[in-house]
Amino acid sequence: MISLAGRDIMHSWGKFVFTGVGLGLLIGVTLTMAGVYRGMVDDAKVLLDNSGADLWVVQQDTLGPYAEPSSLYDDVYRTIRGMPGVDRAANITYLTMQVRQGQRDVRAMIVGVVPGGPGEPGQPGYLIAGRQITRSHYEAVADVATGFKLGERIQIRRNHYAVVGLTRRMVSSGGDPMVFIPLKDAQEAQFLKDNDAIAQQRRRTAGNPAFNRPGTPGLLDAVLASQSINPYINAVLVQVKPGFIPEEVAEPIRRWKRLQVYTRVQMEEILIGKLIATAAKQIGMFLVILAIVSAAIVAFIIYTLTLGKIREIAVLKLIGTRNRTIAGMIMQQALGLGLIGFVVGKIAATFWAPIFPKYVLLELGDALLGFAGVFVICALASVLAIRAALKVDPAEAIGG
Amino acid sequence: MADMLEKGIRIEGLRKRYGKGDTALDALKGVDMQVAPGETVGLIGPSGSGKSTLLKCLGAVIEPTAGRMTLGEEVIYDDGWKIPDLRALRRDKIGFVFQAPYLIPFLDVTDNVALLPMLAGHPNAESRKRALELLEALDVAHRAKAMPSQLSGGEQQRVSIARALVNRPPVILADEPTAPLDSERALAVIRILNQMARQYETAIIVVTHDEKIIPTFKRIYHIRDGKTQEEAGEGRAFE
Ligand SMILES: Nc1ncnc2c1ncn2[C@@H]1O[C@H](COP(=O)(O)OP(=O)(O)OP(=O)(O)O)[C@@H](O)[C@H]1O
Ligand SMILES: [Mg+2]
Repeated sequence: MISLAGRDIMHSWGKFVFTGVGLGLLIGVTLTMAGVYRGMVDDAKVLLDNSGADLWVVQQDTLGPYAEPSSLYDDVYRTIRGMPGVDRAANITYLTMQVRQGQRDVRAMIVGVVPGGPGEPGQPGYLIAGRQITRSHYEAVADVATGFKLGERIQIRRNHYAVVGLTRRMVSSGGDPMVFIPLKDAQEAQFLKDNDAIAQQRRRTAGNPAFNRPGTPGLLDAVLASQSINPYINAVLVQVKPGFIPEEVAEPIRRWKRLQVYTRVQMEEILIGKLIATAAKQIGMFLVILAIVSAAIVAFIIYTLTLGKIREIAVLKLIGTRNRTIAGMIMQQALGLGLIGFVVGKIAATFWAPIFPKYVLLELGDALLGFAGVFVICALASVLAIRAALKVDPAEAIGG
Repeated sequence: MADMLEKGIRIEGLRKRYGKGDTALDALKGVDMQVAPGETVGLIGPSGSGKSTLLKCLGAVIEPTAGRMTLGEEVIYDDGWKIPDLRALRRDKIGFVFQAPYLIPFLDVTDNVALLPMLAGHPNAESRKRALELLEALDVAHRAKAMPSQLSGGEQQRVSIARALVNRPPVILADEPTAPLDSERALAVIRILNQMARQYETAIIVVTHDEKIIPTFKRIYHIRDGKTQEEAGEGRAFE
């Protein structure tokens, strides 16, 4: 027996290819949407990986530092260092803002890190060019995605920084590239007030008799000094000693230091389950709509193609073709259309994924799932056409 | 002749009523007809007299209301179908030729013909060989690889005759097979049908309005008001 579907597709290949390409672009968009979600998840994981931490110590009752604001005094890391099982602990700040370079500005996540070598928690793990931050002020390591180059000067708030190193795939959970600067600078940037505000605050403090007591010289100066520094950080990153289980190290810190501590697994849950959950639902919604639109297109095309063949189908039935054979022919055509569409879609997605501003991760598993989905959708979409074909009366072939 | 008629088609008292109640319409009111193997008979009658209805009953695509139809020894209808698989009956025992050729546009000439033996479960190679033999006999073998849309009207009609014959059915039903053809081509088609009827021992019924071909039949059934009347035809030409 020959393949009726195959022959029909070969015969009117133009129709199939054009429809297949249209469907394929739609499938490409669908695969890309899935890739955007995977990219977000991967960004989150990379963010956690790159922080080099086993534990995140944050403000009590917060989901910080990525999902909620968290602030801690910048000296708690000292006491944490003394806890059992803690190998290294380092302060870190995160702040998303615009970074100026010449005439342009780039949205970036400013990470304040303690200057030091790689391996220190919070430091970028590897550089693709240049060196790590070694000085306590005015040096920066930027992700290549910012477009900054080695030796360039960038401006964060009022201070200028020299780009001394470049990294890759260091992004926030929102996909913004990271710029690392020394912790002290970052603390300042986070709470920096403009000159008017500072002058106004000074005036107000001086006008408050509680701070400006005539009998207590030096009090006002001390208060003013404490107002102009920022002793806060967002989190303390902790590396545990080899042989220790992170959760066991975390528990005493939670209990004795009255701080929230998250392990890697918990942090991942927060990022994926909370931070990007709404975005994931948004993408899921898109996927559903795209699936419905694809199904409608396939159904419509196959139905139209079938209606155009009513006479031939009547003849086929008259000469003894079984319903199963006719249904099979239509279903195979729908699947053929799906196959063309999938191939085109996969190629298109692979082609345009790197051009997207945020990371698009095309996973083989998603592609296979998409392939199966396309086949199910095409099979369902052909039901309408099959019903129409089975209703054709062989007597129609004989006519009046 | 009586012995031969036993092998051909025999229709007795065939009735067909369309619809029910007030709107019921008796299209066939007791039709009798016999066609021997190797014989080509004409079936003529005014419009609306029931020609197509009779052909559809014989072709097992609509169910008669009463009567009896036999194909050779086999009773196919006796106040009800006597054959469980009408599709297989159509495929193996009945060849159809229509007013228009109705070839399958996406199959080439050979496969249009070979499709029937393939549907009956014969291997592709054997089916194509049988198809080619018939195309040869019908003088269209040189177009065997062409698509139907690339053939002339007469060639298409010959291909459709090859398709009707390929499973060696004992019966061929032709509904106005010459209507779209000019008189020369029409006569050629009838000549081929006659020749095939003799060569393959097939009983052929040709429904026609076509004045040009009516004189070619030796026997003609005239259908009027749902009943048939046998007449001797002129049986001209093709000797
Ligand atoms: N499906 C149907 N339902 C109801 N009545 C029908 C149906 N098919 C045919 N008829 C009626 O049965 C009668 C015979 O129709 P039939 O098609 O057999 O005529 P015909 O001899 O083939 O005519 P023509 O030469 O015009 O093709 C007509 O009166 C027609 O209206
Ligand atoms: Mg008719």
